[in-house]
Order: sequence, then structure tokens, then C-alpha cells
Amino acid sequence: MTRPISKTVNVPVADGDGERYTLKMGPQHPATHGVLRVDLELDGETIIKCSPQVGYLHRGFDKIAENRTYAQSLILTDRLDYIAAMANNVGYCVAVEKLLGISVPLRAKYIRTIVCEMSRIASHLLWLATHALDIGAMTVFLYCFREREVMLDLFEELCGARLTFSYPRIGGVRQDVTRSFIDVLQQFVAEFPVHIGEYETLIDTNRIWLKRTVGIGVLSAAEALELGLTGACLRGSGVDYDIRKHRPYDAYDLVDFEVPLSNDGDIYARYRCRMEELHQSARIIQQCIDQLPPGPIISEDAPDLVMPLQGQRKVEAGSSTYGTGLIRLLEEHGQYPVGDIYVSTEVPKGELGFYFISDGSGRPYRMHVRSPSFIHIGALPALAEGSMIADLIANIGTLDVVLGECDR
Amino acid sequence: MESMEIAEKLQDHFPGEVLEICDFHGQVGVIVKRDRIVDILRWLRDTPEIKMDHFMDLCGVDNKKRLGGNLLRFEVVYNLYSIPLRHSIRIRAQVPENDACIDTATGLWCGANWHERECYDLMGISFNGHPDMRRILLPDDWVGHPLRKEYPLKGREEWSGLVELKHKVVELQEFGLSDGTLRTEAEQSQTEGNEKS
Repeated sequence: MTRPISKTVNVPVADGDGERYTLKMGPQHPATHGVLRVDLELDGETIIKCSPQVGYLHRGFDKIAENRTYAQSLILTDRLDYIAAMANNVGYCVAVEKLLGISVPLRAKYIRTIVCEMSRIASHLLWLATHALDIGAMTVFLYCFREREVMLDLFEELCGARLTFSYPRIGGVRQDVTRSFIDVLQQFVAEFPVHIGEYETLIDTNRIWLKRTVGIGVLSAAEALELGLTGACLRGSGVDYDIRKHRPYDAYDLVDFEVPLSNDGDIYARYRCRMEELHQSARIIQQCIDQLPPGPIISEDAPDLVMPLQGQRKVEAGSSTYGTGLIRLLEEHGQYPVGDIYVSTEVPKGELGFYFISDGSGRPYRMHVRSPSFIHIGALPALAEGSMIADLIANIGTLDVVLGECDR
Repeated sequence: MESMEIAEKLQDHFPGEVLEICDFHGQVGVIVKRDRIVDILRWLRDTPEIKMDHFMDLCGVDNKKRLGGNLLRFEVVYNLYSIPLRHSIRIRAQVPENDACIDTATGLWCGANWHERECYDLMGISFNGHPDMRRILLPDDWVGHPLRKEYPLKGREEWSGLVELKHKVVELQEFGLSDGTLRTEAEQSQTEGNEKS
């Protein structure tokens, strides 16, 4: 059989004659990390105009949540950023606890801090793996998935799921951690800095990596702030904003850690910030394990599906309050509070905020999710316009977006 | 600075604009008229002792089933935070039903662009002076704004694009090119009826 003769294709080159053409990249493009479509207007290989199109995964979480109780909406947050679902769960629980005025037992706070940092490690590893793969470094992908697997195995041991956990509860967590979980985690945390070193030897001073990242996608501090970027994207431009320090929740005010910053504001700076965050996450987990206090893991006020604790909650036979913390809460507080509240937490991607309006019924009158990926994709034109089309892939990677969270 | 202090300063500076100050769990919300919203936001951003430089969040709210003397049908909620001074405030601008529009904040923070498009898409509040006022999450030919209280949870009808796709599937089935995973409702009820009999 003869091979088909390839036709000559005229590839337009930027020759300054202003001849433009459009290219629709995605929504099935592997480097867009989900179903993101980017409409590009090109002059040769230079991007003149970049217009991201989102919404392919829109499921209407805001509307669904208005028709469910607070405890029922927890599972929706798993489907936001499915790479780090645990951090979303915790963010949702922290917000509802603040709204309903529930105090969380100390042990539960520590456990939630541990799982949050574990999900940060899992998320950053996946980010590094795919970001490096997009740019052309295949080996990093395999190394990162090796460690990410340990994290997922640990999550599975903790709650039975590897992706959508719903492990934290409003007022605490679902189950206590086991001895073997702590042992494996302890060993992982001790070894992890060595693994980070392994990734760094592959790309930190790699010439190709440096050419693709240094001086590309530069944002000044003022620009990043105006675009509303948060998380490592903002800290890579030198703005010291980490919600774990600014408005501490759970056990973050009880542990010691640093917020990595960089003033360069390019893709390499954001890469370095995230790598340092991995070190800090391991440090936080180690401190939490050392300080983990005994005690209950869920608050007695939790409006949840958890059975009442034996002997602590007196329930008469045949009573309708049995096992329903929801009714218990109604009895004790008279009713749900009326008001509105905005609570945000530092998830691996940036600032995840929940805005609740409560009208006194058991369901939120309005729930709004401020998802970091949505804002970050909105900032893509600012990064990409005027740069080369190949850098668009690096720019999407450095923003660390998940489309499930963007589209909600 | 305490959020309440900021709210009081705001009231002194814009006496005719501030309608009410609410405090809930230490978070202060200021209900304002919509007309000078850009001036209010600019004042909050540029006053040195307030310096709200981080535009955290914007969302629209439908007040149809909510009680309150100063509330109009819609409101646009701005959550602002100051990174150097570590304080926050919430601005709630009231928007009437018969003229659901408000001035855009994109001139102050360009990051407000997508927030406002989302608000327009889901709540139907349009923003005057916005550079690109289109739907963002839903298809361009979608009818209605789902987060309004009168919009049913299940939606009203199938989206025209999906109906078109289903017809296409039926056409392709004649040529054996489709496995029929997308079936029209009539077909679906027919197969269900066959299974029952």
C-alpha cells in the first residue's frame, strides 16, 4: 500500500500584513484541562484576541442548593473542584458553621486541616504533572502520579472514596482517623520533601522548561489584583494574600507555616510558589499529627445525618427528634438565623467563597459560589493576548483551572 | 478598621445613598441606592485608610420572597476586602424590577467582567457600560434567567439545541449511524410501553 501524499499546507506567518484568521481551540483539547473552548484571533502565530468560552459543565448548583437543606448541599461541593474535593467540602462546612453558629471540636479541626493539606498536595501534584506534560516534560507526570496515588489511597482508607469524598460534615467530620492512616501519612510526610527534590531535579534548571516559563505570562502585582486572581497566581506576583493567614479557619492559627511569595510574576514564579507550598503543606500535616488532641469529632449541634452519640444526647423512645440533628437545632435555637454571610477558604486553586443568604428556613435563600477557576479563566486574555499560540498552553496550565469549578 | 466604622464613614460621605446598615455575625452589609454605585466603590478603593483593593465577589440576588423595608426586587452584592489593612465590607445595591440595570464596576476592577456577565446570565440584571454583556454559562439562545425565584427548578422546556440534536440522532439512525442514546420523548415512552407489555 502506498502512503497518501501529504498536501502542502500554507501556514500563515506573521508578516505584518494584518491578515487575521480565527481558530477555535477546544472544548475537547487535552491541554485545556476539561471542556474549555478558547476562540483565538491570530495573526500568524501571535494571538491578537483571546476569548474563553465556558459553561459546558454548568449544572446550576446555585439553583439546586436553594431547594435543598444545608446538609444535603454538601455533596454538590464535591463536584466543584473534583481534583481537591476535600478542600471544597471543608470550605462549605466552615461557611455553614459560621452562618449557623456551630463550634467545631478541636480534634475535628485538626483532622480537617490535615485533609485540606492532603488535598492541596494531591491537587498541586496533578497540576505539576499536567502542566509539565503540556509543556513537554513527560517524566514528571509519572513521578507526580506515584505520590498522588498514596494520597488517594489514604483518602480511600479514611472515607471509602477516592474522588468525591463528602467526608467533612457541618460541625466536624464523619469518621475518626485510624492508627494505620496516621502511620502511613507520617511516613509519607517524612519522605515527601525528597520526592519534591526529585521533581525539581527534572525541571528546575531544565533549559527547555526555563525557556517555556521564564518571562512568559508576566503579571504585575497591581494587574493580578485588578484581575481578581487569588492563590498561587496572586502570590507569584508578590501579593501576600493567603486566607489561611488572613482569616484563619480550622486549625490554621494553631500551626506554624510560611506563605511563599515571588516578585517575578511569570509562569516560573508561580511554579516555584506552588513547589514551596508543597513543602509547607507537608510541614502543616506533620504539626497536626504531632498536636492531634483526643476528643469528639463532631459537634452535638451538627445538622447532619450522623446518629446521636450514645449517652450524651437523651432521646425518649418514639420521639421524633431521634437521629435528626436538624430538628434538634431548630428546637435549641428557635429557628435558623436570618442574615447573609460570605466566608472564603484557601483551596489549592485560590479563594473559594460561599455567600449565603438565610431567611430563617432550613434551606439557603440564596447560595453563591465564588470559584477561583472562573475568575482565573476570565484573566486568560490578559495573559495570552500578544503572546505566541504555544504559550497559551503554558498560560492555561499556570492558572491551574478546573472546569467543574468554573462552570458550577 | 472595624467594618462598622467603614460603614459609618460611608454613610457620612454619601448621606443620600446609604439606606441601611446591617450587622450579622460581625459582617457588615450596607444597603445603598444603585445610582452612584461606581462612586461608592471608587471611594472605598481609593481612600487611603480604607483601601479595598481586592474585589472578592459579586452576585445578584432576587428579593421577591424576602421581606425588608428597603429592599427592591433585585440587589447586586459586592464583597470587598483590603489585603494590606485586613478588613472587609459588603455593599448591597438595590435594583428595581422594571429597570433591572446598574452601572458596571469593570472600570475599577477588570476582574469584575465575568462576575457581571454571570449575574446578567443567571439573574437578568444588565450592567451599563460593560464591554461584553453576553451570556456566559448558558447558551446564547437560552430563554429566561434561572436564578430568578419564579423560574422552576426543572426549567421550562428543553433547550432548542438539544431538540435539534435529538432530531439529528433520529435521522442518523436510518443509516445505522447512531446507537440511539439520545432519544426523543415520544420514542422513549414508546420503548417503555413495549417493556411493560
